[in-house]
Amino acid sequence: MFDNVWLIPLFPLLGFLINGLLGKKIKNETVIGGIGAFAVLCSFAVSCMTILKLLSLPGEERLANVKVFTWMTCGNFNADIAFLIDPLSCVMIMIVTGVGFLIHIYSIGYMHGEEGFYRFFAYLNLFMFSMLLLVLGNNLLLMFVGWEGVGLCSYLLIGYYFHKKSAGDAGKKAFVMNRVGDFGFLLGAFTLYWFMGHNFNVWTIQFTELGKNAHLLPTGGVVTVITLCFFLGATGKSAQIPLYTWLPDAMEGPTPVSALIHAATMVTAGVYMIGRMNFLFIRSPETLMVIAVIGACTALFAATIGTAQNDIKRVLAYSTVSQLGYMFLAMGSGAFAAGIFHLMTHAFFKACLFLGSGAVIHSMHHALHHVHSHDDAQDMRNMGGLKSKMPLTFLTFLLATIAIAGIPGFSGFFSKDEILWQAFANPHHGQLNYLLWGMGAVAAGLTAFYMFRLVFMTFFGECRITPKAKDHLHESPMVIVIPLIVLAGLSVVGGYIGIPKLLGDLFGGIPNYFEHYLEPVFRLSEEYMAEHAAHGVAHHSVALEWGLMGTSVVIALIGIGIAFALYVVNTSIPAKFTATFPALHRAVYNKWYIDELYDYVFVNPCKALGRFLWKGFDVVVVDGVVNGVAKVVMSFGGIIRYMQSGFVYDYSWSMAFGVVVILGYYLFK
Amino acid sequence: MSNLLSLTTFLPILGVLMLLFIPKDSKSVLRSVTFVVTVVTFIASLPVLIGFQNNADFQFVENVPWIAAGPFAMRYNIGIDGISLWLVILTTFIMPIAVLSTWTAVEEKVKEYMICLLLLETGMLGAFISLDLFLFYIFWEVMLIPMYFIIGIWGGKNKIYAAIKFFVYTMAGSVLMLVALIFLYFKGTAAGMTDFSLLHFYDLRLDPATQTWLFLAFAFSFAIKVPMFPLHTWLPDAHTEAPTAGSVILAAILLKMGTYGYVRFAMPLFPDAAHRFTPLIATLAVIGIIYAALVAMVQEDVKKLVAYSSVAHLGFVMLGLFAFNEQGITGGMLQMLNHGVSTGALFLIVGFIYERRHTRLITDFGGLSKQMPIFATIFMIVTLSSIGLPGTNGFVGEFMVLLGAFESEIRWYTVIATSGVILSAVYMLWMFQRVMFGELDNPKNQKLLDLNAREIGIMLPLIALIFIMGVYPNPFIEKMQPAINKLIAQTKTSSVTAQLPVDQVLPAGHPVVAPAPEQNPAAEQQNVPAEEATPAVINPHDAK
Repeated sequence: MFDNVWLIPLFPLLGFLINGLLGKKIKNETVIGGIGAFAVLCSFAVSCMTILKLLSLPGEERLANVKVFTWMTCGNFNADIAFLIDPLSCVMIMIVTGVGFLIHIYSIGYMHGEEGFYRFFAYLNLFMFSMLLLVLGNNLLLMFVGWEGVGLCSYLLIGYYFHKKSAGDAGKKAFVMNRVGDFGFLLGAFTLYWFMGHNFNVWTIQFTELGKNAHLLPTGGVVTVITLCFFLGATGKSAQIPLYTWLPDAMEGPTPVSALIHAATMVTAGVYMIGRMNFLFIRSPETLMVIAVIGACTALFAATIGTAQNDIKRVLAYSTVSQLGYMFLAMGSGAFAAGIFHLMTHAFFKACLFLGSGAVIHSMHHALHHVHSHDDAQDMRNMGGLKSKMPLTFLTFLLATIAIAGIPGFSGFFSKDEILWQAFANPHHGQLNYLLWGMGAVAAGLTAFYMFRLVFMTFFGECRITPKAKDHLHESPMVIVIPLIVLAGLSVVGGYIGIPKLLGDLFGGIPNYFEHYLEPVFRLSEEYMAEHAAHGVAHHSVALEWGLMGTSVVIALIGIGIAFALYVVNTSIPAKFTATFPALHRAVYNKWYIDELYDYVFVNPCKALGRFLWKGFDVVVVDGVVNGVAKVVMSFGGIIRYMQSGFVYDYSWSMAFGVVVILGYYLFK
Repeated sequence: MSNLLSLTTFLPILGVLMLLFIPKDSKSVLRSVTFVVTVVTFIASLPVLIGFQNNADFQFVENVPWIAAGPFAMRYNIGIDGISLWLVILTTFIMPIAVLSTWTAVEEKVKEYMICLLLLETGMLGAFISLDLFLFYIFWEVMLIPMYFIIGIWGGKNKIYAAIKFFVYTMAGSVLMLVALIFLYFKGTAAGMTDFSLLHFYDLRLDPATQTWLFLAFAFSFAIKVPMFPLHTWLPDAHTEAPTAGSVILAAILLKMGTYGYVRFAMPLFPDAAHRFTPLIATLAVIGIIYAALVAMVQEDVKKLVAYSSVAHLGFVMLGLFAFNEQGITGGMLQMLNHGVSTGALFLIVGFIYERRHTRLITDFGGLSKQMPIFATIFMIVTLSSIGLPGTNGFVGEFMVLLGAFESEIRWYTVIATSGVILSAVYMLWMFQRVMFGELDNPKNQKLLDLNAREIGIMLPLIALIFIMGVYPNPFIEKMQPAINKLIAQTKTSSVTAQLPVDQVLPAGHPVVAPAPEQNPAAEQQNVPAEEATPAVINPHDAK
């Protein structure tokens, strides 16, 4: 049925090999970019066919495992190269290949003239390959291959401008922090495999098999440990507290990379992983609570930092961290479909925002370059008034901003509102729900504020670069603008496939297609949760739901209003505010000093310990003992040496000594 | 046909004889002949690989009397099973690469150098195929001498210190092993054995007390070679001072002697003791993993960093072996091969830049990626393999080791060991960043040449193996599986008997044979073929 699904990851792999091995010789940018984009287009086409085939099947049959070959077998352990096709993986491959293709097209324009153009496209294709393995893999190990693979590509692409130290540092930081997460992933996988095998004789790492046997697992206990381990993996990959600090630094990479890897696809892998193993996570209410709390905290915390950043990409980076927090809030509330839905809408509007910011940076960079200015092309304090210079970019950017701010009618509204409602109404966390909802709502207000702050600072007001440079600002070429338009369109309409029941009923019972579509994946878990809910399924009134929805919209509007007041009406207020609360501003601006804290607590002690063990233990203690033994032997030999000096008088002395001793013994006996 | 193993093993000696007749000034002839000899040796070893049957028996066995010592005979008894097969192939595979790497690196005393390399190859191959304990000991010693000279004569600034340290450490181990062998000899004669055949000794069930002492002696000797913490300090010095080929062989093959010693001798000969000391070994292995990683992180010398990474990798191997289950031991075996490929490749890479710049200090480099793109790509792939990235060989081995260890009794050690995956990323990537990334600001680096054809040719087979073993490891696993299962059986059955209190099973002073269903008088045993011999427990009092 789905026999050709292995083609989906294969095309980007081929693209990687061609560009990686021959790209340097090809030289022609159009050919290189064409190969890269075409490979992804092919994957997209196959993905479309796959999802159409899937949709043609009745709901309960929408599941297939396609084995390609046996990867490794050893005793009771077996891992295949095999793919899992179900509604969840299909929606993911559609997002990955669809958004990925647009970003490939965009990159042809954006990376024009860059040194190592071929290298960029090779890495980008390698990333697509890894990401597709991650979402298609039908077992934990193959997922882990993709999991580490995307981490590698992220490392390579963040460090794309490797001559810059900051880029190299950022890449390494990303990889190492991801590795901390991978440590958790591995431990979770080991424990799960061992526990299922040892206790129930189910030796498998295949998702479908694990899901079938999940009913054997207890609630809480070991499952909590396993799921917390996996969640640690998710915090690394998806930049949640405590492992989020790599993502803002990752902005050192070229902007298309930020859009593709650090917004739309890779960073959502943690959310996908929880969705994939929902059967496991529902069996640990404790873990669900941890996930919800971490998600809500991250959403709020990152949003506060986002309000004070001046680098356009960093604002978007913290926004991504914050939005990922929403997705985890959904997962932790047991609203898996809502989390995946937000994953999708976020992929649309955040990719659009990043690509739009890339267009702005691109244009700024050219303008500054023309007048030989060394001003920072990414600093919003240098921008302003770009809306007349780059109208299409501005329009698409604005639409995506409205979407992320949660204004009714746009995609972000539907998905975010669903998450906030589920956080409030879910039957798992009792009183905590109110707090979770409150944090989510405040974060929504902050989101609206910092996003419109960004828009106002960038596109409105007076242009703040030198007049000479100003004349060189211009709209980007079509190859850059078209992907923006497509993504902006999706940001607007993408939400209508998942209209919340409340609104659907209002308009004559439009169903929530998206939730319905994902039902085969999550139905069993939802039934389980309904049975085992800690606090009973609460029945909230429709009025309450309307009220909450209205509140979150009002909060968002207030955020926009404040941004308008501060950055359009009276632009002197922010400076005054900073002057009044210097400590607070410094703390927020410096990201609450979390990086410094980590350096102080983890990095420096590790280095000091390493140095101590080397110079202290290895050189002094172990070698001291070894060399000491050698010295003792030598000095002992030095004494013995005198007994064999080779001089006759030495021997005669010792002979005489011996004679005296022996005689003495017999005489005085 | 049946002499294939001997042929492979002694072809290098034949090469030595040829070299003796070549004038020492014709360096390129010397190099070419040595290279051809190692390639021919590799080709000669291929029929062994192809003809190897996937079963647990020792194959290509040759067994003839050699030295008679009274009733006891040292025999020329060789053969391979799935465990030694891959190590033999690894040896013959690495040697041509090592020889090729010295092409321009060694200009002095080329003849002697090549002779040392070839003698070393015979020594290593002999040690892997010996099925006679005494023969094994001979080969074990034979390979030490050339290595000692390679470090001491062709080494760097501190070569004498490093060579003597290497020699003292390994001799200390060897002497202990010799004592243990002599002790075993007495045990064997008391049990009526007539030779030193490993297979017969496998069936000799020693009492726990004897096992403990013998295991400790063997384990100590092998632990030096592995090297395990805290006996590892010879390794960084030896590696740093040795010429490139020496480092490659040392890392890729010689260190495997230690781990091979555990699999072939220490574990199956003294299974009860091996089980008893598992917590100790696992502790040292885990300390080694973390400790070496932390120390590697702060090294200033690339070669030393790679040397310390070896200690960490070998810690994983030991952890896998002492899991005593299929995944663990398979992982450990795979990791031995992987380490041979990856770390061998890393030392070659260090050699490339050392030959160009005559420095190994990390601070002397930076930004090389710009100047040497091919080198950068190869270095990156090897680095990732060393980190154990999925898709490369390093991952398969490391994963299997951790999985196996997690399923066994040393679960909690595994949790700590797993954190090694974070640290390995830290020290390797940090080193890579400082050497390859950043500004190309050192003027001496701005004229560096990228790899030449010979150097690329050296690296390509290794790169290919990195991916083949990472993507399709099953052929490797299948061939070693039966032997590993046999090893597990050997270590398992006796641990069951070990759980019974010894004094109840064996009343003092009464020779008892257990747990055989029918009692076999010890005297009869010498006529029983090895495979059918019933396990016998030797009473300590009886042995005296």
